[in-house]
This record gives sequence, C-alpha cells and structure tokens, in this order.
Amino acid sequence: MIETVVDVLTTAFLIFGAFFMVTGAIGLLRFPDFYTRLHATGKCDTLGEVAILFGCMIYSAYHGMPFVVFKLLCIILFFFIANPTGTHAIMKAAYKTGVKPWRVGEERR
Amino acid sequence: MNRKDFLSVVVTFLIMYVFWLLLSACIGSHHGIDYIRVVGGLICAGIVTAFSHKHRLLFTGKEEKVLTKAYRFIFYVPWLLWQIILANFDVAYRVLHPKMPINPRIIEFDTTLRGDISRTTLANSITLTPGTITIEVKGSRFWVHAIADKAAEALLVDKTMQMKVAYVFMEF
Amino acid sequence: MLPMQEVFLAIGMTIACTILLSLYRAVLGPGVFNRAAAVNVIGTKVVVLLVIVGYIFERPMFVDIAIAYAALNFIGTLLMSKYLERGEVCSP
Repeated sequence: MIETVVDVLTTAFLIFGAFFMVTGAIGLLRFPDFYTRLHATGKCDTLGEVAILFGCMIYSAYHGMPFVVFKLLCIILFFFIANPTGTHAIMKAAYKTGVKPWRVGEERR
Repeated sequence: MNRKDFLSVVVTFLIMYVFWLLLSACIGSHHGIDYIRVVGGLICAGIVTAFSHKHRLLFTGKEEKVLTKAYRFIFYVPWLLWQIILANFDVAYRVLHPKMPINPRIIEFDTTLRGDISRTTLANSITLTPGTITIEVKGSRFWVHAIADKAAEALLVDKTMQMKVAYVFMEF
Repeated sequence: MLPMQEVFLAIGMTIACTILLSLYRAVLGPGVFNRAAAVNVIGTKVVVLLVIVGYIFERPMFVDIAIAYAALNFIGTLLMSKYLERGEVCSP
C-alpha cells in the first residue's frame, strides 16, 4: 500500500515540474524582449527542476538507494545558488553593453 | 602557521574527505572496502585543501553569533520556498494568457543592510522570487528589473523581504 | 501500483520536446545575448534529462554525470557573460 502512495507522490511531483519547464520554454518563445525572456526561464526552470529532482528523491528513498538521495540533494542545493547567479550575470552583461529594455507599446525584438 | 591556520586546514581537509567518501559510495558497497578509492580520496582531498585553505569559509574571525544566524536562516528557507511557489504561478499565468499582461520597468532603491553575506542573500532572494531580477549592486544601491506593477510594489513599498533578511542576519 | 517505467519515459519525452523549443531561440535570437541565455537554459534541461534517463535504464551512474555537467554549465555561462561584459576574461 505504501508503494502506491510513493508512486502517486512521485508522479505528482514529476508532472508539476514538467509543467513548469514547459511554461519556461513557451515563455522563451513568446516574450517580446531579452530581459523579459530571462524572467520566464530563470525562475520557472529553477522551480521545475527542483520539483522533478525532489520526486526522484522520494522514489529512490523508498527503493533503498541512500547514496543517490544524497547526490540528488547536492544537485538541488547547487541549483538554488547557481541558476539565479547565472541569470544575474548574463543580465548584467547585457545591461552594461547597452541593450535597451522594452516598454509597453513598442514592437518585438 | 598559527593555530587558526592549522585548524582551518584540518577542518577543510576533513570536510572534503567526507564529501568524497559520500559521493563515491565506497563504504556501502557489498564488495568490502575499496582501498583504491580510500587512498585516492586522501590524495584528492589533500590537493584541494592545498589550493584552497586560504579562502576560509568557517573560521574567518569576522563574524560573531554564527549559531544564532544559522538557526534563524533555517527558518527563513521555508518562507522563501512558499513565496517562490506562489509567485511562479503568477509568472505561469502571465506566460500562458493570450494577451500577456506585462509592464516591465527598471527600479533603483537603497537598502540598510551592511554585510556582504546579507546583501548577497537579498540579491539571490530577489532573483529567485518571480517578478524581479537583480541587475546590479553598487555599495548599498540595487538596480532591479521588474516585470509587472504588483511585484515591484511588493519590493519597494512593503519591504517584507528586506525586513526578513535583516532579522536573520541581526542587522536592524 | 503505477507503471513507473512509462511515467519516466513520458516525462523524458516532454523534456526533450522543450529542449527542441529552446533550440529555436538559440538559432534565431537576434544578437548574441539571446543565444547565450538559450544555451544556459538547454544546459539546465539536459541535467534533468540525464537524471531521468538514469531512472529509465536503472543505472545509478547517470547522477554523477549530471553533477559534473551542472558544474560545467554554470562555469561556462559565467565565463561567457564575463567576456561579453568586459572584452577580456582575466583582468590583471
């Protein structure tokens, strides 16, 4: 019985994470400017990835692989720090080089 | 080498070696202890410690009351996670709406936080909660790009996040 | 008792389709910054795809490769943004 609960929880986290990843990719295509595209991907990607990896952690914690749980926890902690820092770095480079932000009413770039 | 240098070298070496053992899983495997991995771990941890024990993380001698700050930080993380989940739904709504209601602007503001770690935590939290991304930090002035009015208001007017970070790092 | 093998396969195919969508922005995006951001996004999704492929084939080796690739992607993005900002990588 517990195996069914673990399976359902894992599937729920996986679907939640995959939905946010698809949203991030759609935002990369739809938004009209460089800065707004980074908004869509830099945040939805982080949350979606953490949700998927957390679901995998629950699955392998039940099936008795303790080292895989530790390694996935390392990836999650690294990701919370590394993804926002990468997004900030590339946005700062664009701002310093002179890419102009988009206001409401202009055309797409 | 005085006492603090020696202590930092030993602590760094121990942390690196324990991390190697946990990652290479040479204790839990059923073929017995694999001596190549144990000795290799000693060599690799030694090399990494030789390069990096000068950039100390733990015994820098600059901060005080580390345990209180760590204890409060552990309670800050679940609040941050809840804000991330709530506001990511907001970004997903803006992406999938057929009319795409966005209104991007760049904001500048000043903070009253003083230390390096607290400013880094604030910048990282601003980039993690959807609606705002930190563009630059110069001294105590933050440049932030916001995507809609509601997110910008919550950052400028309410100052919830800045109060929470100031509470965690004990700077009022 | 869900068929977990099929669930992992479906999630893996979804992630592969999103990688294809991001490739459109990497090829087309006007200017170099759009392409750099798209490459960072593709690197993030590849890390997730590696872990899921590890679960499909039931080999725990793929998680180690995912850790190494996550670190490489982070360093690559930071280095590229530093070069684009200053014009040189190591300033004396």
